[in-house]
Amino acid sequence: MDLFLQQTFDGLAFGGIYACVALAVVMIYQATDHLNFAQGEMAMFSTYIAFALLHHGVPYWWTFLLTMAISFIGGVLVERIIVRPVEGTTVLNEVIVFIGLLAIFNSLAGWIWDYTIKPFPSPFPDKAPLGVTFIGPHDFGVIGVTLVVLAAVFLFFRFTPVGLAMRAAAQNPDSARLVGIRVGWMLALGWGLAAAIGSVAGMMVAPIVFLEPNMMMGILVYGFAGALLGGISNPVGAVAGGFMVGVLENWVGTYVPFVGSELKLTVALVLIVTVLVFRPSGLFGHVVVRRV
Amino acid sequence: MDARSNAKTRELAALASGAKLSKSQLVGLALALLAALALPWFISDYRNFQFTLAISYAMAVLGLNILIGYNGQFSLGHAAFYAIGAYTAAIMMEQGGIAYYWTIPVAGLVCLLAGFLFGLPALRLEGLYLALATFALSLATPQMLKYDAISRWTGGVQGVTITKPDPPFGLPMSQDQWLYLFSLAVVLVLFVCAWNLLRGRTGRALKAIRDNPIAASAMGVNTALYKSLTFGVSALYTGIAGALGAIAIQFVAPDTFNFFLSIAFLVGVVIGGLASIPGAVFGGLVIVFIPNFAEQVSKAAPWAIYGTVLILFMYFMPAGIWGFIRMLYAKLIKKARVGGSDPRTR
Amino acid sequence: MALLEVTNLEAFYGQTQVLRGLSFTLEEGGVTAILGANGAGKTTTLRAICGMVRTAGEIRFAGERITSRATESIVRYGIAHVPEGRGTFMRLSTEQNLKLGAYARKDAAGVADDLERVYRYFPRLKERRNQQAGTLSGGEQQMLAVGRALMMRPKLMLLDEPSFGLAPLLTEELFRILSAISSERQVSMLVVEQNASLALGIADQAYLLETGRIVMSGRARDIGRDETVRKAYLGY
Repeated sequence: MDLFLQQTFDGLAFGGIYACVALAVVMIYQATDHLNFAQGEMAMFSTYIAFALLHHGVPYWWTFLLTMAISFIGGVLVERIIVRPVEGTTVLNEVIVFIGLLAIFNSLAGWIWDYTIKPFPSPFPDKAPLGVTFIGPHDFGVIGVTLVVLAAVFLFFRFTPVGLAMRAAAQNPDSARLVGIRVGWMLALGWGLAAAIGSVAGMMVAPIVFLEPNMMMGILVYGFAGALLGGISNPVGAVAGGFMVGVLENWVGTYVPFVGSELKLTVALVLIVTVLVFRPSGLFGHVVVRRV
Repeated sequence: MDARSNAKTRELAALASGAKLSKSQLVGLALALLAALALPWFISDYRNFQFTLAISYAMAVLGLNILIGYNGQFSLGHAAFYAIGAYTAAIMMEQGGIAYYWTIPVAGLVCLLAGFLFGLPALRLEGLYLALATFALSLATPQMLKYDAISRWTGGVQGVTITKPDPPFGLPMSQDQWLYLFSLAVVLVLFVCAWNLLRGRTGRALKAIRDNPIAASAMGVNTALYKSLTFGVSALYTGIAGALGAIAIQFVAPDTFNFFLSIAFLVGVVIGGLASIPGAVFGGLVIVFIPNFAEQVSKAAPWAIYGTVLILFMYFMPAGIWGFIRMLYAKLIKKARVGGSDPRTR
Repeated sequence: MALLEVTNLEAFYGQTQVLRGLSFTLEEGGVTAILGANGAGKTTTLRAICGMVRTAGEIRFAGERITSRATESIVRYGIAHVPEGRGTFMRLSTEQNLKLGAYARKDAAGVADDLERVYRYFPRLKERRNQQAGTLSGGEQQMLAVGRALMMRPKLMLLDEPSFGLAPLLTEELFRILSAISSERQVSMLVVEQNASLALGIADQAYLLETGRIVMSGRARDIGRDETVRKAYLGY
């Protein structure tokens, strides 16, 4: 039973990270119908920025907030400058630009900070609070932080006018323009928020898997899987999906003998293909009808 | 418009779309072929190796182009098929002691099957979702190749080393020169097959599915079958390319067949031009020679360059270099026509 | 100075030209109707004013040149567009839809007042204020669209086929309310309608559009009595 609890909470911790990535992906998808393949690399790059800040002696939580802010601005700039020219052209064009971004961020990180694996500090104390033993302190902290971030995002969209405007712009850009919403900037804002959320995921996972340029690739796939599972048109669903994927990944890795820890990405692949083939709207999403 | 100008228009259209070769194009092609055949004797063994690799990549790019350019199905996972072809060749040669030339058709068939099987569930996936599924495929590939249970054949993390084949019948040339010519021959045959296939009914069916799948199936095209088959054929080409590449490099290892390889193929397609056979040659050359120059700057540089190239091409030349050339050619033809007799100005 | 001055307006969907040199002016106050058959270019005219199609020519609103500006900037000059198909934010609530109309406004008190006023004009919306807008009936969504436009406190309201798909009783009710709004709120209205008698019933001025050109203009009363108009558009 102990092992089960441990694996479950371990899974929830990773699930929190996947949930952040899933949320970032869904936010951009909802607003633009694009899947940002570069989300993982952007998050990784943000983590390196945090690393550089820490290196310069900036205390951890200031680094955390500063990195989120820098990532936000970066996301806005990327959308306005690089993505905008191909917005509204074909899916192919857009995906290719995202792949290009992926390659650039990945190689920039490698070029600036080289490819050696670096340790990244965890801000959480050595012991989990409340005498909890079935879950490590860092995992506990990860779940806590991601929940706080997700709650903040939820509140933002639910209760602020800008949040409402962003939702409107995503749902119906033409009508949004008619009430004076600058849809282009709402899009940029969405990218900024997604980048900030992604940076949280990066900073939370780096202590576990160590910082190196390819750190987020696998995690991005899990984030996608979570988003698909929960419903790519539903942010809350995507978050739930992220947590589910985290737990599932750990359970399968522990209890299914031939998978072990070696074939985890294959599991993600199978999960993605299965969801896409049998229930593309995910568990909580709504079905989109295709018209001729 | 009278019958003669009708026929002339059709001919021009055929030329512009690459379905037919004009006399000057045929001459140009023959010259290029001669140059390619003569090449091995004028360059070093290392360069021969590089060009052999370029040929292999050109073939992989063509495979991907058949899928993306002609059929509109988006794959970010072709590294997987390249890997399957490469490992098939490696296992056959080293574990099975089979001669290198048999690995080509076998690699092709194995990948044809694998591609077709992957294409079946992929039928229900459009654009973005297919990109996502193949993205996951690319990322899972190195892991699958390292899997313990099959490492008896695949060599696990260390991979498999391949012995370089000798030229047959004791011909007076180096191993690298022979490999170059062998690869060139294989690829030429397959390029001609592709050209034939794509300019006829099949090609039109593929393009119809790409441009408007619902309309295509409403017109009686068996969309599902064509799409799966296209996936299979695309994988076949890429798999054979993998086998050729493996023989040339003499080595297969899991980590070389990662997502970045899929990106490289994509770059080849984008630069060469969607739905273009000659463009694939550009693509292959780019993939081999850009990293060469770029690596002198930094290990990371090739990918930064690839990324920038991808983005810039999407802004300025979405039809690739070949598409750009074709557009210029069409404009030149238009000018020549207007200079002559234009029925509209009468 | 006229509220809206349109000079030689041409409009294109891709390569197809839909408006061929439209010129008209709208004075402040009152209701103006644009009539015409399907495809005459009525909707395109409204969309052109809002910068939603490719145009040539000139449009001035309260003296300011609004051609070739982005839609979201144009509407901030005080133009509210009730689009064809209503443009409801389906997944948001009724009240959220209305509040979005006030997005660009900075006077919170005025916004609250206007919300109450909208609910007074359309009590049915108040009943369904927290309901998801997509679940409202066609007529209710039309009212919602008009309400949202009112929330912008516009100087000019553009209404595109407000009667479309609505039952006759509902359309009469809607047009009665529109007439009331026009006189009480001092909002100028430009109404595009296929249903000529409805539109002429509340309009002061009217224009008749045929294949992208104005073929008749004048007081609504006079247009309504014109024999060709009666035969072609009013059915008697």
